[in-house]
This record gives sequence, C-alpha cells and structure tokens, in this order.
Amino acid sequence: MTTTLKVNRTIECEGLACPLPVVKTKKAMEELNTGEVLEVKATDKGSVADLQSWSKRTGHQYIGLKEEGGVFRHYIRKADPTETKEDVKFQHTTSLEEIRNKLAAGEKLNILDVREPAEYAFGRIPGALSIPAGELESRYQELDPDKEYHVICRTGSRSDMTCRTLADKGFSKLKNVIPGMAEWDGDLEKDI
Amino acid sequence: MSTNKIRKMSAKEVAQVVLGGEELFILDVRNETDFIDWKIEGRSVQIINIPYFDLIDGVDPALVQIPDGKPVLVVCAKEGSSMFVAEQIAEAGRSNVSYLEGGMKSWSEYLEPVKVADLSGGGELYQFVRIGKGCLSYAVLSKGEAAIIDTNRMMDQYENFLQAKGAKLVHTIDTHLHADHISGGRALAEKYGATYHLPEKDAGEVTFHYEKLEEGKDIHVGSERIIVQPIYSPGHTIGSTSFIIDNKFLLSGDILFIKSIGRPDLAGLAEDWVGDLRETLYSRYKNLSEELIVLPAHFGKTTELGEKGLVSGRLGDLYKQNPGLNITNEDDFRKTVTENLPPQPNAYQEIRQTNMGKINPDEEEQREMEIGPNRCAVHDN
Repeated sequence: MTTTLKVNRTIECEGLACPLPVVKTKKAMEELNTGEVLEVKATDKGSVADLQSWSKRTGHQYIGLKEEGGVFRHYIRKADPTETKEDVKFQHTTSLEEIRNKLAAGEKLNILDVREPAEYAFGRIPGALSIPAGELESRYQELDPDKEYHVICRTGSRSDMTCRTLADKGFSKLKNVIPGMAEWDGDLEKDI
Repeated sequence: MSTNKIRKMSAKEVAQVVLGGEELFILDVRNETDFIDWKIEGRSVQIINIPYFDLIDGVDPALVQIPDGKPVLVVCAKEGSSMFVAEQIAEAGRSNVSYLEGGMKSWSEYLEPVKVADLSGGGELYQFVRIGKGCLSYAVLSKGEAAIIDTNRMMDQYENFLQAKGAKLVHTIDTHLHADHISGGRALAEKYGATYHLPEKDAGEVTFHYEKLEEGKDIHVGSERIIVQPIYSPGHTIGSTSFIIDNKFLLSGDILFIKSIGRPDLAGLAEDWVGDLRETLYSRYKNLSEELIVLPAHFGKTTELGEKGLVSGRLGDLYKQNPGLNITNEDDFRKTVTENLPPQPNAYQEIRQTNMGKINPDEEEQREMEIGPNRCAVHDN
C-alpha cells in the first residue's frame, strides 16, 4: 500500500543516474518557499547517500526516506536559516523532559504537532495531533480553546508562532515545547 | 576559447598508471562518506574529494585545488557525475582532463594479472590483483590446463586471460567460504565443465555439488601439482585450507596476509576459532619451510603491492615483520583478533549466503554488496 504524504511538490527522477537527481532537487528547492516540503522520487541507489549528504551540506532538512518497489522517495524540507536562531517569544514553555516525565507517569497530554505532514509521518510523540503550522488558520476550529495544548515542532520556532496565533484566538492553556522533535529521544509513532 | 575535449580512462589504464608509480591527480566527486570508506590509492596518487553536488553551480572550488598543467582524473561512483564535472573543468580551460569509465564500480571490478613465476614443470603461476577491492586470486597454468584459486565473480576477465593463454579450465578452488566478495568459482567451473573445490567444513550449508578439499588429495593441473596443504589451516573460517604449489609457494587464503592476519569473526564464531587461528599461525605454518613465498587472498593497503603490483612475502620474513605473528602472549592474541576489529566488510552476511548458494542476487545487487574495501584482516593498516 502506498501511503501518499502531503508535500508541496514532487519531482520524478526515476531512471535518472547521478548527478541528475541532485541537480533537479537543487533546482526544485530553489523554487520552493521556506518550510515547504519536496518529494524526490528516484531509482538510483546512489541518490540516497548523495541527497542526505547534499541536504546536510546545504542546511536543508532531510526528513526521511521511503523505499517501495525499487523507488526511493526522499522528503526534504526547505530550511529556514532563521528557524534555529529566532528567539522564542511565547512566554509559556515546557521542556521535553517534562513531557517525557508526564507521559511516563501516565498523564494524558494534548500534544499538537505543527510540523509538515511528512515530518509528522516519519516520527512524532505517540498520540500527537497533527495540524501543520501553515494550515492553522483554516483548521484551528478543530481545537478546543479551553483545553491545554503542548505545541511542538522541530526546533521550537513554528510552535512558538502557533502558540501566539492561538493565544490571539482565545486559547488560554498553551505551552510551547522546546527545543522540539529535533532533540526528542523518547518513543516515536510512525507511519513509514 | 575552444573547448578542450575530455577523455575517458578505463580502470585498466588507471591500474597501470597506479602500479607503474606514475603521477596521477584525482578529483573524487563522490559524497564524503563513500570517499572516506574507500578510494583509489597508490604511492604516486594525489587525491582530493569534493562532492559533485558542491560543484553544480560551478567548478571553481575544484579549479583552485587542481595543479595547473597537470593531468586530472575525475572519479565518481558510476560515471555520470564525473563526466559532468570533467566537462566543466575542461570548459574552464583546463586541458588533459579525463574521467574514470564506469566509475568506482569498474575500479572495484578490475583485475590486473601479474605473473608470479615460471614453475619447475614448465607451467606458470599468475596472481590477479583486484586493486580496487584488495582481493587476490590465482591461476596455475600447465600444458594447456588451468586452475583458478579464489575466483572473483567477474568471469569474463578470467575467460579472456585463459583464452589468451590458450588454456582450458579444469579446476576452480576456494580456500574458504568468502565473506567479503562473491566467488565466481562455482559459476566458472559449471560453464567450462571444470571441478569446483571447497573445504567441506565451510560447506555445511551449501546448496550445490562440490568436490571436497581434503588433506593429501592433490589437485593436478597439466604437469604441475597443486598440493592441498596437508596442514588444514582453520581460523578465519573453520574449513580454511592452504595450498603449496611447486614446493615454493604457499597460498595462505585469508589466514595469513603480508602485514596482518585473518580475522576469525566473519562467520560469527570469533571466540571459538581463536585457538585454531593461533594454532595454525604459531605452530602449523611455523613447521613449514621459511623459504616459502606467501601468496595471500587479500591485501590491505596499496603499500603492500610490490613490483608490477605483486603481493607476496617470504614466510620467514613474515615471522619477523608481521605484527600478527609476533604476539607471544595468548591472551593478547585473543584480544587482538576479537576486540576492536575494523568494521566488517559490507554486506558480509549476504555475501556468505550467496557463496553458499542460498540467495541469488542479480549482477547489480552483487556489485552493491561488494562495494568498499575487503576488511578481512585484523589490522586496518
């Protein structure tokens, strides 16, 4: 069964040998907006190590790889250079350790994961709810303003923005989880 | 400005440059991980690594590092990226730019036949140096007959060699069940109606017919005799067997290398075989003539390559110089061969399964499985 992940763009590099998959990825990436996710479909085995290495060197986020019937699907998110540097502005924060302790104690937490669907699919805190930051405006009604939410992303930046947006909309019990999934080493729930 | 043409260089040409000690400047454009894992080496080779994906927008980062006026060889995994980079370097005005035909894939597969000696019965002994992978295989030729020992899977190269020599294949022999490369011994024997020999103790799980290598049961090639060493020599695998040819040459398989010794862990029984390995190296081999010329199944670094690429060493000299033969304390020996070993060869479990006939990967899969260095020795020297 092919599970289709929601991405901003897909490029088809099946049958292409290197350097073409990386050349095409680079070009497509330049055309994407920061934070958007690109799916690269390739059949060249060399594309795996090369795209991971290329992402690392260029600072883009290599989210994950799915292999199915000889086709490699790479998911890469266009990096935002400010994402890791930006100061967290929302005053209510919580740490990963607190989350882990509460979960270990059997507490039921509402964790709102605001990363892209592909990031969420490759690993989230078990039970986390997914609303990508970009869809918040159209989907915040799915949430209950009186409930407590622990908002998480990769590094604490998108979740910070989400907390501020939701607070403006009358949500009162929000916590930004910092730093975010990049540092989470607890249990993961995955679709891949 | 007229564009300079790029030239393709075959693995054979590169091997000859490297073995001949000619200067060569190589720009390896694979990713860093692959480059660190293995690369083209040689005493006269100067090599740098800049991944092709750092050169997509221009080759300036490479140009500043390539000595002006010197020939440069661009190398990648398969070929495409090296052509892409080589063309840009040539367009930038450099002359004498070439790329490796077939990339590291073909480098890994190339065999350089090196003559070891004429044998006393009029025959010849050849060593095939798989320079990109570190595997050594051998051919004994005599009166129109041939035996190949520790055959690699690239059958066509042996076939071309035998054809040029006018020899008919009668035996293929594996010193042990290999874990670092896929044996071509069985397939080649089948194709030419030759006999495939394997040590029985390594063949417990094989799915095909083979002839048992047994002590005292000599194998004949023309008028030469390949003597299956009556000293069975376990340690790297439980069945490992050595050969003496013409009372002069000791084919030591993966038991004894020139600068190291075999590792006992690739079949999963390191602790069990330490004693066997020590017994073979410190007692059984010790009882052999010091004048024997050791011809192993692998080399580690290209510094082990002698004249024309030949890898060999006098047994008596190895007892003086090889660190693996100079560990007096048994406990230290145990530690050396079981602890802090180099990483295991790529896909070694699958390679063993293939050599047992249990799985049948296609050629492309076999190539992937064999990627990287052989790593059959305890020292990553």
